Amino acid sequence: MTAVAAEGVWKFYGDFPALRDIVLETEAGSCLALIGRNGAGKTTLLRILAGFNRPGRGRVSIFGKEPRDTATRARIGFIGHGISVYDELSAFENLCLFGRLYNLADPAKAALEWLARTGLERVKDGLVREFSRGMRQRLAVARAFLHGPSVLLLDEPFTALDDRAIAMLQTLLRDALATGCTIVMSTHQLREALELATHVALLNRGRVVFHGERTAEMAADPGYVYARYGEG
Amino acid sequence: MGALATSRDAPATGRAAAAGGFVAGMRQSLFVAAKDLRAEIRTKEAINASLAFAVVILLLFSFAFDPSEDQLRVLSGGLLWIVFAFAGTLVLNRSFARELPNDCLDALVAAPVPCSALFLGKALANFVLVLAVELVSLLVFGIFYNVRWYLQFWPLLLVLVLGTWGLTVIGTIFSALTVNIRLRELMLPLLVYPMLIPALMAAMQLSTQLVNGQPLSADVAVWLKMLVGFDVIYTALSLVLVDTVLVG
Repeated sequence: MTAVAAEGVWKFYGDFPALRDIVLETEAGSCLALIGRNGAGKTTLLRILAGFNRPGRGRVSIFGKEPRDTATRARIGFIGHGISVYDELSAFENLCLFGRLYNLADPAKAALEWLARTGLERVKDGLVREFSRGMRQRLAVARAFLHGPSVLLLDEPFTALDDRAIAMLQTLLRDALATGCTIVMSTHQLREALELATHVALLNRGRVVFHGERTAEMAADPGYVYARYGEG
Repeated sequence: MGALATSRDAPATGRAAAAGGFVAGMRQSLFVAAKDLRAEIRTKEAINASLAFAVVILLLFSFAFDPSEDQLRVLSGGLLWIVFAFAGTLVLNRSFARELPNDCLDALVAAPVPCSALFLGKALANFVLVLAVELVSLLVFGIFYNVRWYLQFWPLLLVLVLGTWGLTVIGTIFSALTVNIRLRELMLPLLVYPMLIPALMAAMQLSTQLVNGQPLSADVAVWLKMLVGFDVIYTALSLVLVDTVLVG
């Protein structure tokens, strides 16, 4: 079953085409690593897939439906460049707020569970503005996983994490994959991403120049995709 | 028979679902409003600036012009609503700007909450904050201008509520529209004040009469209708347009 699909997607910023005729399909339960140099269009594509922006041309779908569909949004977890939590609220208050917005049966219980899973239970009542960058990123991870999404759209999820936090996130992502969750992540940290990925898409100047299964060569040498498929 | 029963049940089920959706949307609006109010109570960014501005303008006007009782009878409504509009903009400017650090707006837009519910939550929080500033300003106004504005308290409160709702609805939708503009502090008043002219005119006319202790007469009832109409039309328009404003 196709979980995430982009069909002939174009996106223009003024006259500049940030995305050019993107065609991608990701099967449910797979993990797509979206790689490419700065400005290749990874973030733009992820934001369109998440429903934050509409494509200029073409269409995207999550399980066959529009990303802006309310029921579809409840199935998406997103981590963007910002951590998307409030500095003036505590970690617990932030997760409770999002638990309520996602209509969870017991937002407080879910919040405490994810604070524990991300190693933030000791600072649950601390204001986010007092957190270190790594702690804030872990809270962003907790927010994205809180409602048990079936599709995770992650933009540079390993940024600002130390090695222990990276291992924690990889475990969470493996667990999510094991339960059938679909992951699309953009990253420059190829080694971490390719350990998890089942598929790889290489973007260059807004075009998909390679899309296929992750091979043993890619896992062994993270630079392989760039070297093999190049940037034309 | 079964098919008939099903076809009869379908509209009832649809209505129940719509009612459930409405209640869920209202709950989510209240969560957003509570979040905004809690954040504002902790930082006091907007309320302090707005309150200080309102009080300073009222005091300066009092000292600069020292209006007589007759002058005040004519000016009171206009003075109050000019202060409310300018002070209110300081609150409204922060409404969506508060979502910019950490890209919090993304998380709100990503949540399975209709944009109309987000908007309503934001507008409710702004309404509470602006109304609080107005009530404190009224106390200051009463003391420094020696006006017994409380003689028509309930009708005046009704006018305040209607006028403030109009101000916050327009301010909130334009706050969303200008959130990504660099000069949003300048753009918001430029966009908001012209739109507010009908509501401000109505609120000024009504307030002038009420602040001077006169009950609402039939000849100003049209202003009340205009204020209600303004609120209904712009609330409906904002609820319809906010999805386009936030997502494009």
